Amino acid sequence: MEEHRLRTLTPSVIGILVRRGADFAAAEDAVQDALVEAVRLWAIEPPRDPKGWLVTVAWRKFLDAARADASRRRREELVEDQPAPGPGASVDDTLQLYFLCAHPSLTPASAVALTLRAVGGLTTRQIAQAYLVPEATMAQRISRAKRTVADVRFDQPGDLATVLRVLYLVFNEGYAGDVDLAAEAIRLTRQLAAVIDHEEVAGLLALMLLHHARRSARTRPDGTLVPLAQQDRSLWDTRLIAEGVELLQTALARDRIGEFQAQAAVAALHADAWTAEETDWVQIVEWYDELVRLTDNPVVRLNRAVAVGEADGPRAGLAALAEIDPTLPRHAAVAAYLHERDGDVATAARLYAEAARQAPNLQERDHLTRQAARLNAGPRD
Amino acid sequence: MAKYLLLKHYRGAPTPVNDVPMDRWTEQEISAHMQYMHDFAARLEDTGEFVDGQALSPEGTFVRYDGEGRPPVTDGPFAETKDLIAGWMAIDVDTYDRALELAGELSAAPGAGGKPIHEWLEVRPFLTAPPTVME
Repeated sequence: MEEHRLRTLTPSVIGILVRRGADFAAAEDAVQDALVEAVRLWAIEPPRDPKGWLVTVAWRKFLDAARADASRRRREELVEDQPAPGPGASVDDTLQLYFLCAHPSLTPASAVALTLRAVGGLTTRQIAQAYLVPEATMAQRISRAKRTVADVRFDQPGDLATVLRVLYLVFNEGYAGDVDLAAEAIRLTRQLAAVIDHEEVAGLLALMLLHHARRSARTRPDGTLVPLAQQDRSLWDTRLIAEGVELLQTALARDRIGEFQAQAAVAALHADAWTAEETDWVQIVEWYDELVRLTDNPVVRLNRAVAVGEADGPRAGLAALAEIDPTLPRHAAVAAYLHERDGDVATAARLYAEAARQAPNLQERDHLTRQAARLNAGPRD
Repeated sequence: MAKYLLLKHYRGAPTPVNDVPMDRWTEQEISAHMQYMHDFAARLEDTGEFVDGQALSPEGTFVRYDGEGRPPVTDGPFAETKDLIAGWMAIDVDTYDRALELAGELSAAPGAGGKPIHEWLEVRPFLTAPPTVME
């Protein structure tokens, strides 16, 4: 059994342990230990019933831990009174785990770490590597998070919006090491979509699939960024696009619009254009208007200014940009792009260099420096 | 083995020989520079001498405690005269000479015209834990 399929069993096994009386933190530890053992043993002899095996081993790990902790008499009594194997309510358990791990009392970083471990079944080491922090730091973050939610009742209704926010954060971290966080976020969102029928869950999954479809076109072999307009669209994954578009259409048909559906709609319109020139920018502006109405997010306004620049010309884009706070990240980059389109190469070069200094990551800084260099080199040709 | 920090400065280091800002290079020159840096780090990972490398944003702020119950005081962005770190590479090498040799190689990264930048890098030894045997 591949490791990622093994990991999909994590939330339902934790759920079964909790239903048998284990508290969440102890159940989560026990299932992690069982997963480690599974990775080691299953390579030699895979069990016929992987989930049953995990439940048995995890429960034993839980009992061992409970017995080892002599001060925890209450749990020992619970152990003696071992219940029958849990009922098949694993769908609800999985959803409850999403809610618990994204509980509003947790900080975003804690919720992300706890979700990846308890729902995703990743090890602390893998999560630490993905977020470039020491393993001990991540272990502390996770155990503090577990303490924070220790008193949350497992069966109380959760907040779906925070779950989606956490999954979106994981997706946006992209790829930084052995663990492919974007792929992991998609897997977890698929799993969520399988246990709850909600248009924004579908919208988020569609958004992820449509962006993931462009992944191989987004960077050159040397790691440099390729802007959307210059991407080789034949590299886009048509299977993911088709799946994303279908999910989105089904969600939109319910007529309960939300921000993830609207973002996915923008991505779908890009996916729909065989060349950058064919992009339906007028419709994209309409979706950004919808997003502004839904979120009133300044970053959305910035993206809208780009779209307006394409739909109605760079002057219109610059006019839209003039209404946005210039200290916003990427403001200078957008201004540079619109000025270049407007033919003001000197201003564009200056702004690209300024944008490079403010860039939030190395790839963008490199890209923006190259844009400035390209324009500065122009007159010399 | 001893650890050293190779520090790269936005400001505060002596002026390099080939002092042209990157946005005045050609795109090919930028690519060649990036490739050199990437290959350098990869080579150190191969030799088991690489510890860590990070780049820093030029934007920074000085902050200090301002007393019980008060928010911290900030000062900045840095004044033009201040020393400004651009990034670092931490290495773990056998000798001080090896640290200097590697810093020299890093400083030879190509810049404008494809010629080495001859950038001044600062080599700083880490203060380590005391050894078990001291006498």
